[in-house]
Amino acid sequence: MSTGAVSHPDAASRNDLVPRYTLAERANHWIGALAYTYCLITGLAFWSPYLFWLALIVGGGPTARFWHPWVGLLFTASLFWTFKEWHRDMQVDDGDRAWAKAMPYYIENEDDKLPPVGRFNFGQKLFFWGIFYSVILLLLSGLVLWETELFSWNLRFLRYAAVLVHASVALITIGLFLIHVYMSAILEEGSFGSMIHGYVTRAWAWTFHRKWYDEIVARSRANR
Amino acid sequence: MSQASTEIIRISGHAGTVPGAGLNREFQVCKLVDTTTCIGCKACEVACLEWNGYTFSETTFDNSYQTMPETAWNYWNLIKFNEHERDDGTMMLLMRKDQCMHCEDPGCLAACPADAAIVQYANGIVDFQEANCIGCGYCITGCPFNIPKFSPTAHKVFKCTLCNDRVSQGLEPACIKTCPTGCLHFGTKLEMKELAETRAQQLRTQSGFPDAGVYDPPGVSGTHVIYVLHDAKNPELYGGLPKDPHIPWSVKLWKGPLKWLGDLAMVGGIVGLAWHYMRFGPKKEEQIKPDDGRRP
Repeated sequence: MSTGAVSHPDAASRNDLVPRYTLAERANHWIGALAYTYCLITGLAFWSPYLFWLALIVGGGPTARFWHPWVGLLFTASLFWTFKEWHRDMQVDDGDRAWAKAMPYYIENEDDKLPPVGRFNFGQKLFFWGIFYSVILLLLSGLVLWETELFSWNLRFLRYAAVLVHASVALITIGLFLIHVYMSAILEEGSFGSMIHGYVTRAWAWTFHRKWYDEIVARSRANR
Repeated sequence: MSQASTEIIRISGHAGTVPGAGLNREFQVCKLVDTTTCIGCKACEVACLEWNGYTFSETTFDNSYQTMPETAWNYWNLIKFNEHERDDGTMMLLMRKDQCMHCEDPGCLAACPADAAIVQYANGIVDFQEANCIGCGYCITGCPFNIPKFSPTAHKVFKCTLCNDRVSQGLEPACIKTCPTGCLHFGTKLEMKELAETRAQQLRTQSGFPDAGVYDPPGVSGTHVIYVLHDAKNPELYGGLPKDPHIPWSVKLWKGPLKWLGDLAMVGGIVGLAWHYMRFGPKKEEQIKPDDGRRP
């Protein structure tokens, strides 16, 4: 951790802000975040008797049962929009594979030993694709659970599969969600604010997303 | 138990044995349906509707005597009619009164996430408490007999109560009360099991049904509704009565190991992240030292 000398090349402009997320991206993120949190709270209530009280704080069991699938659809819509906007940025490339090998450095906060990354690092890409495919499975199994009698007795294996898939995949998303919230709201300073006001400092961009930073600099020079 | 205060165990200064000592009270109730004496009159269907306060509604005609394809949220008792051709070419009309089986090991109860929406009484009756039902329909997934049905108007699930309201007042269920042929019996599980075995024995030795037997499936630890069948080896013939019913393994997996694993993983995940923060601290920008040759 550098405490003494200011190490950034543009010491004077180190606190200059660069835009990272558009207003639409941020609004969509928080719609999705609220929707996921609601599904998480109500879903955990249905998951364990020891957490059933969670349903009571959001209006009671029947209310939670009614809204959980609708809010799930809202989350799905939010995620599909994210996919439309970000899937190009989320493609895994050779740089990511090199980064993945060096991931222990990232975990141990030795970011200077990592290869430079673009707008999103490999971890963020894993998170995105993890949530994306999970939500497709949650959507399919959720539709079966939503209208329990949609499928006849002869097709009951669909219900048997759905209860397992919905719970298992939800657990995977909870793992991803915990890591996501921890890293963006607690671990990496500057991340949380960027999803509120949309900006990061140049130093932040240079530290964590060097390739992306270089692109921004190149673009701004070209525009000058 | 209030009954226990009338039972005497020891008597002071009393010569001889204690009257009533060793008396065994059987609290487990059971309904016995003897399919071999059912005439398909559907009086039980009507009695069920009447007692439980439902009215008859529109149904589907299926080229059969059967009132509707399967039980409904407001139609808990349905005789299933099945034409069966025997090996000698003769035809049999198999009639089985279908309703909740009141499993000793109820899949609906295992699957239900709502606090006290399903209860199992000491006498074996499994009853839905609709006031606590959240309408998720997991009981429908858990049931191996296709019994709980969702009411689209109430958004809750309903099924046969074994007339718990009547039984708790010392009455027999409405279907039993009305049965004109005596093919329905109600009593303790021991008595009904005995009666059923006697009848099955009679069918095997005197009526030419060598495969007659009693249906009390062990996969759900027995049921509080048991059948006498002409052909106990093929219960599926009787409108799809499952041969070896049990709680679906996916429901068991979901409510058993997956739950423990998931709880452990969630708590472990939170603890792990807290540990990470304490061990490695926050990620700050500006970590690159000067002259490391990587500056832009």
